[in-house]
Amino acid sequence: MIIAERKPMEEIKQAMAPYKKVLVAGCGTCVAVCWAGGEKEVEILASQLRLARSAEGNEIVTLEATVERQCEKEMVEELKDKVAEVEAVLSLACGSGVQTMAELFEDKPVFPAVNTTFIGMPEKEGLWVEMCGACGDCVLDRTGGICPIVRCAKGLLNGPCGGTRKGGKCEIDPEKDCAWVLIYRRLEKQGRLDLMREYYSPRNFRAVKRPGRVQAVKA
Amino acid sequence: MNGCIVAFCCEHSAYPAADLAGKLRLHYPENIRVIRVPCAGRVDVIHILKALEKGAAAVLVLGCEDGACHHITGNTRAKERVKYCNMLLKEVQIDGRPVAMFNLSPNAPHKFVSAVNEITKIIKESGR
Amino acid sequence: MATPFREILKTKDFVVTAEVGPVKGSNVSKAIEHIELLKDKVDGLNVTDNQSSVMRYPSLGICLLIKEHGGEPVFQVTCRDRNRLAIQADLLFAYSRGVSNVLCLTGDSIDVGDHKEAKQVFDLDSVQLIHLVHTLNSGKDMAGNELDGGIDFCIGTTATPSADPLEPQLIKVEKKLKAGVSFIQTQAIYELDELKRFTEFVRNRDEKVKILAGIVPVIGAKMAAYMNENVPGIFIPQHLIDELAQAPKGTGVSKGIEIAARMIKQIKEEKICDGVHIMFIGREEKVPEILEAAGLL
Repeated sequence: MIIAERKPMEEIKQAMAPYKKVLVAGCGTCVAVCWAGGEKEVEILASQLRLARSAEGNEIVTLEATVERQCEKEMVEELKDKVAEVEAVLSLACGSGVQTMAELFEDKPVFPAVNTTFIGMPEKEGLWVEMCGACGDCVLDRTGGICPIVRCAKGLLNGPCGGTRKGGKCEIDPEKDCAWVLIYRRLEKQGRLDLMREYYSPRNFRAVKRPGRVQAVKA
Repeated sequence: MNGCIVAFCCEHSAYPAADLAGKLRLHYPENIRVIRVPCAGRVDVIHILKALEKGAAAVLVLGCEDGACHHITGNTRAKERVKYCNMLLKEVQIDGRPVAMFNLSPNAPHKFVSAVNEITKIIKESGR
Repeated sequence: MATPFREILKTKDFVVTAEVGPVKGSNVSKAIEHIELLKDKVDGLNVTDNQSSVMRYPSLGICLLIKEHGGEPVFQVTCRDRNRLAIQADLLFAYSRGVSNVLCLTGDSIDVGDHKEAKQVFDLDSVQLIHLVHTLNSGKDMAGNELDGGIDFCIGTTATPSADPLEPQLIKVEKKLKAGVSFIQTQAIYELDELKRFTEFVRNRDEKVKILAGIVPVIGAKMAAYMNENVPGIFIPQHLIDELAQAPKGTGVSKGIEIAARMIKQIKEEKICDGVHIMFIGREEKVPEILEAAGLL
């Protein structure tokens, strides 16, 4: 799922500075799960803003709303009455949600309150790790199910690099595992090291021509 | 609620303790608003924030002693939430108003009183 | 004019290369000093490519200077800063100006350098880069187009014999050998057993490739600890750190040179591999001392 992190408070405060009435809009899917932008986070952020602005003597009125998925036009449309009442929208959704809001309500400034960071999973409660690079050319079949595009800090297809730290940790961060050491161990376990011995030719970086566009057909 | 101390009191410990303090005519500042909750763990971050928004000078969360929570981990959760709340307040530079957790047993009215007194002292010292 | 490196590799018993590290700026006077100092004492002079992800005067620029001054340059190319178009273009240019030796590297990550917000390119990795040079050597570019004016590079690469774990690293070395390299310059060696093991591994797969052991003198216990922590691919063992710690104050540099020379001598005497590659960045002027102490001058 998409992982996001709330932006630094200073940035959010600065963005909201010119406004006296805003809608704090959350999303009930990915950002709710990773504790960045769900209903609860909306409540808290709105309260923090009210407290801060009150202390400055420059009150702010906040409306609060959370839709199930902020990247769905039909769901976001439900907010139109609330949006009509405010000067700006502070969206806690991922980039996709923020843009859906911005597109539907073109006359209102929409501000992101979170930084969308990656596609990932929980390693343990509250700890999210990046798993997928959305590269459009999945090679997980060759690497024992470990993504070399994002879990290798350099995105190498013929890894590892020469900078692996002792114990198989990554050059850039001793807390992180070298993805290619992980791939080696996984393939070794499965008796498929021949996959790692194969030469992989340069990546097609245009597998997804950004901005991506996919037409799906319903079965 | 302006200027008062909001005290979320667990009904198994702090509430009877507060009640007992009253019965024993123990002195403590008058500007206390006691809110009875089934467990300190029932108090959510937003409750604390809203109390402050409504003008509370400080917020207390009072629950059972360590290991004595009727809901097992309610008091531990409350402690974590109070800590988190303080971090949130610091983020928006509203950390002048204390938010604190205290643990006590139902037959400890003096502990209730000293918690209130301690917070009152902090409020006075911070100049509110 | 210097003898072409590829010929030296074929004919010389013990090959010696060193490194010139460009400075941050357009002032090449120091580089020229180092070139003049070293060009006749070594068989090839490498020039680093934004080493440690710190922006510097380009490798290619210094390589041209080496050529101008009658030396034999080894053009280091990393995959970190340039995509496949830029790399191919640079190789065409380099060759057209007489630079014909290339060292293919992945490159350190941006995070270890001084432009920490820059984009890491890594359009290619080092194995793919080796294949790319072969493709250009054969008269075509990566997209299959015929070249008007080809190139003929002598191709080398790096390896980290002291990697831990070693097996994944060796799998990659094998891929590099299969791709075809004429020489390997290893990362810093401090344990000769590791070097022996590595050389054996390579020899079992390729009898022709020349292995040059990387020699990076360490001039103090603190520096050693710093390097272990911060420089990718470097693993200095405790017993050497202890030896450095025991050296009297102010003798760090000469101790480091002594240890380096000792290792080089042993490598040569025991014929452990085909030569050495000396990296003493920032102290290039001391390299002749190492060569002297090792009996190579």
